[in-house]
Amino acid sequence: MGETAKIPVEKSHRKTARGVGRSAPPWPTVAAFLLPAFMLYTIFMIWPLIQAVYFSMYEFKGLSREGFIGLGNFKELFTRYPLNEQLPRAFMHNIAFFIGTMLIQNTFGLLFALLLHGIRKGKRFFQSVYTTPYLISALIVGYLWNLMLNPLFGPINNILKAIGLEALAHPWLGDPATALPTIILVNGWQMLGFPLLLFSAGLAGISDEVREAARIDGASRWQLFTRIELPLLTPVIGVITVLTFIRDFNAFGIVWALGGVGGEPAGSTDVLGLVFYRTAFQGGIDAFGLASALAVLMFIFIFGISTLALGIFRRLEDRLT
Amino acid sequence: MRNQAVKKRKFSFADFGIYALLWGYAAVVLLPLLLVLGNTMRTTRQIFQEPAGLPTSINFDSYVRAWQEASFNIYFFNSLLITVLSVLLATAVSALAAYILGRYIFFGSKFLLSFFMAGLMMPFRLAIVPLFMMLNNIGLVDSRMGVILVYAATGVPFSIFILSAFFRQLPQELAEAARIDGAGEFRIFGQIMLPLVRPALATVAVFQFVPLWNDFFYPLILLRSTEKWTLAVGMTRFFGEFQTDWSTLFAGLVITTLPLIILFLLATKQIITGLTAGIGK
Repeated sequence: MGETAKIPVEKSHRKTARGVGRSAPPWPTVAAFLLPAFMLYTIFMIWPLIQAVYFSMYEFKGLSREGFIGLGNFKELFTRYPLNEQLPRAFMHNIAFFIGTMLIQNTFGLLFALLLHGIRKGKRFFQSVYTTPYLISALIVGYLWNLMLNPLFGPINNILKAIGLEALAHPWLGDPATALPTIILVNGWQMLGFPLLLFSAGLAGISDEVREAARIDGASRWQLFTRIELPLLTPVIGVITVLTFIRDFNAFGIVWALGGVGGEPAGSTDVLGLVFYRTAFQGGIDAFGLASALAVLMFIFIFGISTLALGIFRRLEDRLT
Repeated sequence: MRNQAVKKRKFSFADFGIYALLWGYAAVVLLPLLLVLGNTMRTTRQIFQEPAGLPTSINFDSYVRAWQEASFNIYFFNSLLITVLSVLLATAVSALAAYILGRYIFFGSKFLLSFFMAGLMMPFRLAIVPLFMMLNNIGLVDSRMGVILVYAATGVPFSIFILSAFFRQLPQELAEAARIDGAGEFRIFGQIMLPLVRPALATVAVFQFVPLWNDFFYPLILLRSTEKWTLAVGMTRFFGEFQTDWSTLFAGLVITTLPLIILFLLATKQIITGLTAGIGK
């Protein structure tokens, strides 16, 4: 993957590269260049985020904002039935979803990246094949597996029966005990290409001299992996962890397609994204205030944890390399 | 190192094992996709009788049904219109801003760059309620234009992230020469700098296309009339309505996904570059 080498993004943000530093053009010119992007981004992304904080402290009646109620909406989230039960349950599901996905996608993503790094032919082909599901919409992947796993007409159960594994034929998505693990597996199937590509780029970035030196010192393949490759992959693992965390705590389409808007069966696949959607758009008259409060909590959690994690990984990286 | 040894031999036992594993997982990825493709050419009756069977003839009836009866012609047009215009808008405004932020240091330039970069990690969907109310106030709910503006805004952080790094790499001499010839900043940008970052523009455009084509969250909430729906949100209704017509359901999945697969085949390089931006040497 020689292409990545052409984008020295990380480094160039820290250092001043050639050609930079000349005194800027007059400010009206600067403004003319910057304003379109600034306006678009501020009006449609940043401002609504700020407003959500403000809205979370008001009572809503439909679309109209009524009186200031302080933390009233936040209190409602944790006391009003059924939200008070759905919210903690969905939160736990998101955690399981994140950890399960991380285990599947990274174990196999790293394994395949290592295998692909060592082969001569077909590297690009396998990379492309493995990445294909990642590019497909989570909703479509969900619907695809919804049909595949259909207990009556789905190919999966029929294949299992045909090869004599009838005991494994099961309404995977219909049973509350297996529904969430199944969705995690499907998510892992979709996501694998993402860590694979990142690990591949990371492995390609480790210079041959380093490997050669380790070899001369008599390191085994396993030692090379645990002592050299893995520590050098720390920044990659950091990026994957944070991006997967953000994605999995925003999970929506894949669960919608496999478990419906209510996280069926019996709420066993309900996640925060669905709770948020239902609170905002299928809730009562005061839905917008409640949803804004939930948005603020989710934002603090997701943005806070990812910023924290990035900091930790950066420190780890400094210590290991 | 074993790798080295493997390279010297012609085709070892270890090689065989590695390729067996790689092909094995390739099958796990490809078989479900091929099964979907095959089932579009079988009738629903055939699918129900033998869910994992092979098609007996090449026919595209199910695609015609999805395209006409399930309004996929309308959804497809909307998806294309919304995605293409959003990508163009985001890339255009981002290129302008990235040029200034990448090439000059001035009061507040560092802050502005971090301001845009912060957007890379923010879960913006959580701002949907205020966004919905704002768009409602300016008459942009149930409008494709509303979705385009929101989508374009979501593309700004990543585009500036990539493009500013590219602009920063360009040599100063070219701009200097043009400046001596009396060219203004906009001409230097448009005629000299922009053509030089064309590969980055392609990466940015292709890489924005994928998530926008796939998104169904914003159109689900912002678009009411079905004639404005995109493919992804159209799928949600389609799945309910055509519950018993599996042949058409599979065709719908293919129609929605095919443009992305084609894009991936044409622009593998750009997509992989975008995915791995910031990693490597």
